[in-house]
Amino acid sequence: MANAIALLGHYFGVSIRSQLQYRASFLLNSAGQFANSCIEFLGIWALFDRFGHLAGWTFAEVAFFYGVVNCTFALADALTTGFDRFGSHYVRTGDFDRLLLRPRPTALQLAGHEFALRRVGRLLQGLIVLAWATWALDIPWDAARAGLLLLTVAGGVAFFFGLMVLQASLCFWTTESLEIMNVLTYGGVETAQYPLSIYHVAFRRVFTFVVPLGCIGYFPVVAVLGVDDPLGTGRVFQALAPLAGVAFLGLSFGVWSIGVRRYASTGS
Amino acid sequence: MPQIEVKNLAKVFRVAERRAGLAGAFRGLLDRRTREVHALAGIDFDIERGELVGYIGPNGAGKSTTIKILAGILTPTRGTCTVDGLTPWDDRRRHAARIGVVFGQRTQLWWDLPVIESFELLQRVYRVPEPLFRRNRDRMVELLRLGPLLDTPVRQLSLGQRMRADLAAALLHGPRLLFLDEPTIGLDAAAKLAMRDFVRTLNREEGVTVVLTTHDMDDIEALCERILVIGQGRILIDGGIDDLRRRVGDERVLIVDFEEPGSLAALERELHGAWLREVRVTGKRARIGFDAGAVAPAALITRVTSRFEVHDLFVEHPPIEHTVADLYAEHGEGEA
Amino acid sequence: MLAPYAAVVSARYRNLLQYRAAAFAGFVTQLFWGSIRLMILAAFYAAADGPQPMNLVEVVAYVWLGQALLGMLPWNTDADFKEQIASGAVAYDLLRPLDLYGYWYARTLAFRTAATTLRAIPMVVFAMLVLPALGLAEWALPVPSFPALAGFLVAITAAALLSTSITVLAHISMLWTLSGEGVDRILPSFVTILSGMIVPLPLFPDWMQPFLSWQPFRGLCDVPYRIYSGNIPIAEAAGEIAFTLAWTVVIVWAGRLVLSCGVRRLVVQGG
Repeated sequence: MANAIALLGHYFGVSIRSQLQYRASFLLNSAGQFANSCIEFLGIWALFDRFGHLAGWTFAEVAFFYGVVNCTFALADALTTGFDRFGSHYVRTGDFDRLLLRPRPTALQLAGHEFALRRVGRLLQGLIVLAWATWALDIPWDAARAGLLLLTVAGGVAFFFGLMVLQASLCFWTTESLEIMNVLTYGGVETAQYPLSIYHVAFRRVFTFVVPLGCIGYFPVVAVLGVDDPLGTGRVFQALAPLAGVAFLGLSFGVWSIGVRRYASTGS
Repeated sequence: MPQIEVKNLAKVFRVAERRAGLAGAFRGLLDRRTREVHALAGIDFDIERGELVGYIGPNGAGKSTTIKILAGILTPTRGTCTVDGLTPWDDRRRHAARIGVVFGQRTQLWWDLPVIESFELLQRVYRVPEPLFRRNRDRMVELLRLGPLLDTPVRQLSLGQRMRADLAAALLHGPRLLFLDEPTIGLDAAAKLAMRDFVRTLNREEGVTVVLTTHDMDDIEALCERILVIGQGRILIDGGIDDLRRRVGDERVLIVDFEEPGSLAALERELHGAWLREVRVTGKRARIGFDAGAVAPAALITRVTSRFEVHDLFVEHPPIEHTVADLYAEHGEGEA
Repeated sequence: MLAPYAAVVSARYRNLLQYRAAAFAGFVTQLFWGSIRLMILAAFYAAADGPQPMNLVEVVAYVWLGQALLGMLPWNTDADFKEQIASGAVAYDLLRPLDLYGYWYARTLAFRTAATTLRAIPMVVFAMLVLPALGLAEWALPVPSFPALAGFLVAITAAALLSTSITVLAHISMLWTLSGEGVDRILPSFVTILSGMIVPLPLFPDWMQPFLSWQPFRGLCDVPYRIYSGNIPIAEAAGEIAFTLAWTVVIVWAGRLVLSCGVRRLVVQGG
């Protein structure tokens, strides 16, 4: 485990050095992402400007949800380029064979594909929104709140990481577009930018029990904000909920290894 | 015990078929047809430690399928295979740590990194202890003359330089078995020679077993004492280059330089029979292909010299490319 | 006379139809986005005091049509085209006995509309027919009046022409930037927010409306969708469609101008 993390660290160091060779592309990408995220946020602002509040939630509270999920996703996104490009970059070109020829888990090598610095655009925007929301809501920070926020982000990174692993795993079964997973990744981010309580009960169930998006966003954030959950969950559940993200990641790795076995028997 | 033992190894692939035209594309939305492709139809061979074996065959004959199975990245449909006591696909990671693989057309180096950093990354991937890594690296740098290239990003290397770096990369962990897939493809003459020298040294001096797949018969002639020829998923020949020659008939070429520009018509009037393969005349030189099993070279020479004014003549073996092309033609080009 | 252009379009459609999973995935994705967006907007409307520039039924139509026709927005560039520019193979296009802009426009029109037609039909069928059958009539895409439908069809055709002209312009810009990276990063945000895809344009603050109603991206979504729902009365539809077409003409003209500069540059530099 320690050895694996050391290897990952080495991979990332190497990746960052290569990316810095293409400074213009890095700056363009980061700036583009920053702008995209801001424009998205502009849409949320426009709706609050017209309607005032959303089922009792204020703009600052929604901004907090928005900030948390965007920071989380930006971090996970930076770590998973290898999985994101798995179909186009590894399966279609046959380069996945190269990873199989090495004595390390393929998932570890793919995670080491790149640490995508350009995601800093979304991360930065998320942090700014989060900072503003914290200030606007005047949250009384203490160790428990800060710890829970960190756990939320960690669980969220694990969750989105798991989604990317699942998306890459699909490449073992189909060579066709995997846009379907965008529902869960980008769609998940979009969904989690707003409080879970506003959605239809069927969606809430799916996003709690099947794809635990609510567990790495809404529930713990409610506890951090210190408000009562209109859905009636308790603080203990809210605080433990982010662990679902870690469990989801474990499950995804299970699917991944089934996929690798299939790849080895179909050779495509 | 042989290092590699392959028994009755077979692999069947299913491939999807596409229909033609716009209507076909619509039908393809609803149901797809597949067909079976027998890439390997049950092959057997053993390879001993320290051998240097050429593995050849037409495209689609099953070469890369075999190599992938031996390397542990493909599971066969049936049959067994052990390499140093391991079943490659069951023990993939352990097996991977013991073998080296070089694909001539793909690099395993990191495109934007200096060569040395790729090496250091591989050291960690393969968990090579520092002293061993240093020893292997220095040896490779010396043998492959990599010294001046170590700080160059891979994307700036020429193909020949990159291949050398790739070879070194595949050997840093000191594997006792090396798979080389088209290692000389696209290289210029000097680079090919250097590559062959290195492979020979590695095999003779370090005792590394080498399995070489190539389309370049010069590689085979220069390096391999033993060849395996595969066609349509079966091993056609397992033996030396002479076995290959015998298999397709003992064809020779008599090259005659006449005193006067030769006439094709006159030659063809004179020479005919089942033993004659082809006659080609360019200026004063004629090339007469014949089957040495059916007519003695000495008898043919006597016949030619008695009818024509001959300045010089000699007999040669056809290039091995032709021999292999004949064999492939006999067994048909395999399917993809 | 149009045969070569028609052949380009047909080849493109054949190519795309092979991706059946992609088509299905696109449908599910759009369905999901539409549902999420509707729930968010409905939650806002639930708390609204007083009348809004659009009622919820009009918003529902706006959202579903947006999901059905998402692919028609000029938010990305053709990967094949990008490849062609990067590899220099674009020089072959200069050798074809066709008007270059016309050829690229035809190609781009197919790229812009082929996948969309395939996806729009199941989406519309689902939103208009299946949702009411599931007892979700209030969330269904309403059946338009006949004049509104006719107006919509004209307006959406104009939108396709406008969208293609913008995409062609983006393609042409790659003659300079080569990678198209910049265009691909910047274009989506502007297109999605200014067309109304993120939030229906009438819901933006009133003080922004003068600006929003004159910019070209409005013709892509806002105009056709509001004609469909009747939010733009049919009497005003002709003027709005003329607005879309006028912008199309301007952008086609600009595209031709930029292309001729680009070709001159390509010829001078030898590709």
